[in-house]
Amino acid sequence: MNAHMQPTGSAYFLTQETQQTERHTLSVLVDNEPGILARVVGLFSARGYNIESLTVSETEHGRRLSRITVVVVATPKVLVQIKLQLERLVPVHRVHDLTAEGNYVERELALIKVKGTGEHRAETLRLADAFRAHIVDATVESFVFEVTGKPDKIDSFIALMGPLGLVEVVRTGLAAIGRGPEGM
Amino acid sequence: MAEKMTGAEMVIQALADQGVEHIFGYPGGAALPIYDAMFQQEQVKHILVRHEQGATHMAEGYARSTGKPGVVLVTSGPGATNAVTGLTDALMDSIPLVCITAQVPTSLIGTDGFQECDTVGITRSCTKHNYLVKDIKDLPRVLHEAFHIATTGRPGPVVVDIPKDIQFALGDYYKPEIETLRHASYRPQVDGDLKAIEAAVDLMLRAERPVFYTGGGVINAGPEASENLRELAELTGFPVTSTLMGLGAFPASNSQWLGMLGMHGTYEANWAMHDCDVMINIGARFDDRITGRIDAFSPNSRKIHVDIDPSSINKIIRVDIPIVGDCNRVLEEMIRVWRSRTNQPRTEAIAPWWKQIEKWRSVGSLNFKNSETTIKPQWAIQRLYEATRNQSKDVFITTEVGQHQMWAAQHFHFDKPNRWMTSGGLGTMGYGLPAAVGVQVAHPDALVIDIAGEASVQMTMQEMSTAVQYRLPIKIFILNNERMGMVRQWQDLLHGSRYAHSYSESLPDFVKLAEAYGGKGIRCENPAELDAAIAEMLDYDGPVLFDVIVEKDENCLPMIPSGKPHNEIILPDTANLGSIIDEKGRALV
Ligand SMILES: Cc1ncc(C[n+]2csc(CCOP(=O)(O)OP(=O)(O)O)c2C)c(N)n1
Ligand SMILES: [Mg+2]
Repeated sequence: MNAHMQPTGSAYFLTQETQQTERHTLSVLVDNEPGILARVVGLFSARGYNIESLTVSETEHGRRLSRITVVVVATPKVLVQIKLQLERLVPVHRVHDLTAEGNYVERELALIKVKGTGEHRAETLRLADAFRAHIVDATVESFVFEVTGKPDKIDSFIALMGPLGLVEVVRTGLAAIGRGPEGM
Repeated sequence: MAEKMTGAEMVIQALADQGVEHIFGYPGGAALPIYDAMFQQEQVKHILVRHEQGATHMAEGYARSTGKPGVVLVTSGPGATNAVTGLTDALMDSIPLVCITAQVPTSLIGTDGFQECDTVGITRSCTKHNYLVKDIKDLPRVLHEAFHIATTGRPGPVVVDIPKDIQFALGDYYKPEIETLRHASYRPQVDGDLKAIEAAVDLMLRAERPVFYTGGGVINAGPEASENLRELAELTGFPVTSTLMGLGAFPASNSQWLGMLGMHGTYEANWAMHDCDVMINIGARFDDRITGRIDAFSPNSRKIHVDIDPSSINKIIRVDIPIVGDCNRVLEEMIRVWRSRTNQPRTEAIAPWWKQIEKWRSVGSLNFKNSETTIKPQWAIQRLYEATRNQSKDVFITTEVGQHQMWAAQHFHFDKPNRWMTSGGLGTMGYGLPAAVGVQVAHPDALVIDIAGEASVQMTMQEMSTAVQYRLPIKIFILNNERMGMVRQWQDLLHGSRYAHSYSESLPDFVKLAEAYGGKGIRCENPAELDAAIAEMLDYDGPVLFDVIVEKDENCLPMIPSGKPHNEIILPDTANLGSIIDEKGRALV
């Protein structure tokens, strides 16, 4: 039992996990009420879990329900705890580990400001086109692009914009949903 | 059937509708409308405390000894922050509390107003749930929901923060049905999965070295759970041990009782845990004080874990059969399934196991060397226990935190649940005296004793004044070793006996102190006079501070040091504590 754990001689080596960490996307259905975000985020910080990305918005106005998509990196054992601890919160309805359940799609949106003139401007537009980025603002010396896609697609676009005059980026964080006819 | 009333009146009405008879509180500016509403009624009685921490521990004692929720009322700002320790304590030990905190008016929230603090922010992580009520329309629902959440599932503290203008506001009061409460998501699972219960019983039926490891969850599940535990133990013939929080659920006088387990548990209980082949955990949570070194914890057993909180399962120790549910319901089902399989206990099959247990028991791990000249703390508790046994009154014990707490757990014996109130999870010095006040409020005719240390008791000493005011005849039995004994013991064990700040250079004269408060003070330092002094304490109809001067350097044994497995338990005859722990062990708490 627990043979994977190093005998550190301590009763307190719960954090010294030797299990490999994994990146998981969780979808959390909650009552949209004051303090709910603080409750969820506070749980992560209090128990030492790491949040990689967090997206929150009300999704069903009538029932005042919000969907939180949270990306975490943790060992399988801690991932189970995160799910159970979230489910303990009174306003939390359900928690789905989309990564563990397998079949889901994820998207992120980014707004990316790039400054440039002349040759750079043309090159910027060519790349934006290849990434299906929309121009949502333009001046004679700058563009703001909107890119939607998987996070790694956005990462690559941002990387390409770097030498072409990247000014700043905002990202929404991940939104994810299971495939198929069933809802949460 | 809505009724028009102010927010403050709603608070009182909701308490009355919830059947609350006593609340523990302390007034202040923001809470005055509620106090005013309270003044004009007689149904809910208010106990005025001396410090809000005291109010929370009183409510805990009240709750733990009755099974009903404890209710606290405090003002904004410092009133709320003073309550934080007790809320955290209640969260750790799963005690149902409803704590109403007053708040500055909504218009002042966020302006750093006088006596404003972010109560819901501060208490978010030390409550099961909390609310800030900003609309009078929400108040009736929130008040009732608070009770529902505090008392169902895994119990815990709930804070309701009510701004002053909401207390004054007029609105419609109603008592909502549970189904219409806002949090449709909150539905604790009480019935255990039948397949899992059957698998558990089948495992138990094959066990050769079984042990019941029971905890506070059995107490929380109500007295019937304790009855059912007794029945299941009798049906099976299995030995029973318990955590600190579970004492009393199984009678200490029963021959199947192994005593408490864990860091200061008995030799037989800890060895049985280590060597068992089937462990049946009912309402305990594999706390680090129980498991010791977790990779060496009960290495060869199959484990069954019954807990109402799914997050407790597989958190620390992987188990083979998890059962999420209320301990009482699951015990009932286990009994039923066991009966459907057999009507025989496994007496023969487990006879060798019992033989082994008797061998461990014969070590006498709770023995100590008594003295004719100084009072040994263990002996003082034994004498107290003997003296209270032939009392006609029901006996309730609370404790502070330290060596005296562990000695009380070892040497005072409980045959009934809800008679033992101690701060287990948080280990809060200062818990015992106010907890005793709360117990006595709930049980006016009972004998309520706080087994205390001279350091702990000074943390909430002022509640002696509350006891005097309400004529609550609590007995405070101080095992005075002039040391923070438990700290001193760890310094012996881990820090080369360098006693950094672990002794009291100036202690109050507890006898005079008792008299100053209007209670009775007794001091005893001669073993020959102890019995008479205890009798004097018990005979006095009023609060007593009893200063028992005990051996100063006694160690609390047996002990499994942090980081050691169960089978490396230190027994009482070990002479030199300092040589036992290695470098790594020193870093542990
Ligand atoms: C509020 C709080 N502060 C500090 C501690 C750490 N602590 C644990 S036991 C102890 C000493 C208790 O001394 P005393 O009440 O005299 O009990 P004894 O161990 O001597 O029986 C201390 C300081 C604690 N548990 N609670
Ligand atoms: Mg002491």
